Amino acid sequence: MSAVAVSSQAPPARPAVIPVNGARKAPPQLAAEGIAKSFGSLVVLEDVSLTLPPGSFHALLGENGAGKSTLVKCIMGYQPADAGRILIDGAPVKIESTRAAQAHGIGMVYQHFTLVPNMTVAENLVMARADVPLVIDWNKERESLRAFMAGMPFQIDPSRVVRSLAAGERQKLEILKQLYLGNRILILDEPTSVLTPSEADEVLGMLRGMAHARAISILMITHKFREVTSFADEVTVLRRGRVAGQGLVKDLTTAEMASMMVGGEVPRASASRADRDAGEVRLSLEGVRAVDDRGIGVLDGISLEVRAGEIVGIAGVSGNGQDELLEVIAGQRELTGGEMRVNGARYLATREETRAARMRCLPEEPLRNACVPTMSVSENIGFRGYDRPPFTLWGWLVRRDALRRHAAECVSAFKIKTPSVDTAMARLSGGNVQRSVLARELQGEPRVLVVANPCFGLDFAAVAFIRTRLLEARNSGVAVLLISADLDEIFALADRILVISGGRMVYETPIASAEVATIGKHMAGHG
Amino acid sequence: MTDPALDVTGIGVWGVPLAVASGAVRIGTPFLFVSLGECLTEKSGRVNLGLEGTLVMGAMSAYAVSYYSGSAWLGVLVAGLVGAVLGSLHGWLCSLPRVNDVAIGIALISFGTGLAFFLGKPFIQPSAQKLPAIDLGFWSSSPEVRSALQINALFVVGLILAPAIAFLLARTRWGLVLRTVGESSDAARSMGYRVNTVRAIATTCGGFLAGVAGSFLSLFYPGSWNERLSSGQGLMAVALVIFAQWNPVRCLWAALLFGASSALGPALQSVGVSSGYQLFNAVPYVLTLGIMVATSSASRRLPGQPAELTVAR
Repeated sequence: MSAVAVSSQAPPARPAVIPVNGARKAPPQLAAEGIAKSFGSLVVLEDVSLTLPPGSFHALLGENGAGKSTLVKCIMGYQPADAGRILIDGAPVKIESTRAAQAHGIGMVYQHFTLVPNMTVAENLVMARADVPLVIDWNKERESLRAFMAGMPFQIDPSRVVRSLAAGERQKLEILKQLYLGNRILILDEPTSVLTPSEADEVLGMLRGMAHARAISILMITHKFREVTSFADEVTVLRRGRVAGQGLVKDLTTAEMASMMVGGEVPRASASRADRDAGEVRLSLEGVRAVDDRGIGVLDGISLEVRAGEIVGIAGVSGNGQDELLEVIAGQRELTGGEMRVNGARYLATREETRAARMRCLPEEPLRNACVPTMSVSENIGFRGYDRPPFTLWGWLVRRDALRRHAAECVSAFKIKTPSVDTAMARLSGGNVQRSVLARELQGEPRVLVVANPCFGLDFAAVAFIRTRLLEARNSGVAVLLISADLDEIFALADRILVISGGRMVYETPIASAEVATIGKHMAGHG
Repeated sequence: MTDPALDVTGIGVWGVPLAVASGAVRIGTPFLFVSLGECLTEKSGRVNLGLEGTLVMGAMSAYAVSYYSGSAWLGVLVAGLVGAVLGSLHGWLCSLPRVNDVAIGIALISFGTGLAFFLGKPFIQPSAQKLPAIDLGFWSSSPEVRSALQINALFVVGLILAPAIAFLLARTRWGLVLRTVGESSDAARSMGYRVNTVRAIATTCGGFLAGVAGSFLSLFYPGSWNERLSSGQGLMAVALVIFAQWNPVRCLWAALLFGASSALGPALQSVGVSSGYQLFNAVPYVLTLGIMVATSSASRRLPGQPAELTVAR
C-alpha cells in the first residue's frame, strides 16, 4: 500500500459512519488560497482562491480548459500546486496524495466512475477504506454495510455486482462511498453527466439537503446553469485559469454567469431552423438488433426513419445503446437482426455504398473514433476521397499536393486553428479536431449525416459554430440523425425527438409538442 | 522410449486408466504450478508469457543445486527464487512506460531457455538427488500399481495451494487489492494503490511458482535435465488459465485434465498399441487448440477475465 504523506499534525480521528439523522459535528471549513499551476509554459491556474464554509453547496463554473479540474486536482493532492496553500479550519495543511486528502475528510466523486464493475458493492466499499483487515469477514462487513445504508437517504444492496447497477445507482454509490469513508467535504466533477434530468434532481436535491443539515459541504464542477441556479448557494466562475467571478448564486443571473465564463458576449448559433417540410426518407432502420462486446443484446429491434431536410434527435441516458447504434450505422458493428436502408436500398456500410449514398458520420470523441491521431491534418481531412480523383494519379498514386491544397481550403472555410496542414491531428485542440472532422464529413454534398455528441467538451464558440453547420446542412436538405446525451442540444437542433432506453425506441415526439419532463420519464424507462 | 512409471502391461488393459490417472497427477503437477502462477499474474492485469523460460530456468537451477548440495528440496527453493527473479524482471520492465507485457514475455521465453541451456550444459550427464515420493500404493503387491501410485509431495502442496490462492483472492486484503488493480487501474489509483508495484509483486509470485514447476520436471518427472525437458507447458498454462476462467480451483482440475491427456499416448503405447500412438501424444496440443477455439469469441468477453489484461482491452 502507498505511503501516506500527511501534514505533521495527525489527522483527527473520524467515525467510520456519519450519523446522518443523529447528532453530528459540522464538516470543517476548506479554503484554497492563491493557487497557481503551470505545465511548462502553459499557465493553467493563476492566483485562484475560494472558501467552502461548513454546510455550503459551492458550484465551480467554467469552460473546458478554464482550469476547474486542475484546481480540484491540486486540492485533492493529485498534483502539487506551484504556489498557494490549502487550509482546513484555518490551519494550513499539506495534501500530497488522495489518501492524505481523505485523512482530512475530503473525498472526490469523479465524472468517470471509479468503481470496479466486476466486483460487488460490498467489495468496492470495503476496498476503498484505508484500514482493510487482512482477512475479511464478509458476513460481518455486509451486516455493517446494511446498518450504514439504513442511515443514508438512499440504499443499494451490498451484494449486487456493480456491473448490474444503472448509471444513476452507480453515481449514488460513488457518493455513498465517500460518506462511508467518513468524508465530509465532497468534491463532485460533473456528477450528473450520466443521469436523467429527474435522477440528477434527485441526487443533487439530496446532497443539498445533507449540506443544509450541515452534514457535508459540497464543491461541484458543472457546466449546467440550471444545476447552479437550482441547487448551489455560492458560485466561482473560472476563465483561463483566473477567477472571473465569485459570489452568491441568488445575486447572479444565468446570463451574467455565462458572460463571466467567456469574458464578453456569449456566441450563439447564427443559423436557425428554416421552415421547410421534410422530404423523402433517406435513412431507415427496421428492427435492428446488435450485441455488445460481451455478447449481450444492446439493440433490441430499433426502427427509425430520417427524412431529407430534418434533424432527428435521439435522446437517452448514455449507455442505453447509443454507441452501438452509431457503430452499426457506421459499419463498425455487425447486425444480428433487422436491416438498414439508405435511399431505399439495402445498406451494409461498405466503402462503396457509403460513397454512393453520400453517407457521413461524425462520432463522439472524433480524435479517437474518426481520426488517426499521428497522421497529419491534411491526411485526416482526405480520408473520404484520397483514393480517387482528383486526389490520385492514374487511379493509384496519391497526390499529396492535391490533398494539402484541399485541406488548406477546409482550414480556412472551417476556421480550423492549426500551425499547418502537416501538423499531426493529435496536436490540435478538441474544438479544432471537431471542426476538421466536420469539414471532412460535410465535403461533397452529403445526403445523410449521423452525428453523436458533436459538442461534448467544446467551448461556447466551437459549440455555436458546429450547431450552425448542422442547421445549415439540414436547411440545405441533408437528412441528419443526432445522437446526444445533452437534452438542451437536442431541443436546440432537432425537428423530431426519439427516446432510446434499454436498446429500444420508447417514445417519439415532434419538437413542437416535446416536453422535458415527459422525455425524462421515458429516458428513465418509465413510460 | 518405454517409461517404467507408465509400464503397466503386467495388469493388462486396466493399466490404461491407471496410467492415465497417475499421469494426470504426475504430468499435471507442473501444469498446476505454472497455471496458478499465471492465474495470480493475470488477476493483476498482466500476462507473463515468459513463464515458459522461467520453467526451463527453474528446472536447470533445481537440478544443479540438487546435484551440488545433495538436497532436492533446496533445489526446489532455489528454482522458485530464480523464477521470482525472472518474474520481477518482467514486472519491472513492464512498469516502464509504453512497454508491452506480451512482447516482454516472448523476449523472456528466449532469455530464460537460452540462459538455462548455456548454464546447464555441465549438468546433462551427472545424476542429481531426486525429490522423494509418497508411496500410496503400499497396500498393493503389484509393482505396477505401486509405481503408478507414487505421488510427489509437491502435488500435495499444489493441492493445498489452489484453494489457498482462491481464499487469498476472495477473502483477504491482498487479494482484493490484486483484483482491483486487475479490473480497473483507474479505480485502484483513485484509492491510492500503486498499480505497477502490485503487478510487479504478482508477477514475481507467479514466477516463483513457475520456477517450482520447473524443479518438478527435472527432479521428479521426467526427472533429469536436458534441453528437451519442457514441451511448451509454460505456454499451454496460459491457455489453461483461460480455460479455468481465472479461478485457481478450476486451474487444479484443468491441470489434471491436461496431465491425463498427455498420459494417454504413453499409456496406450505401453499396452501394446503400436500404431497411431503418436497421434495420442498430440492430444494435449489439440486440446489446447480446441479449448481456445471453443472458449474464444470475436464478439464477447470471457467470464472472469480481468478487465485490465492487454488482450481484453
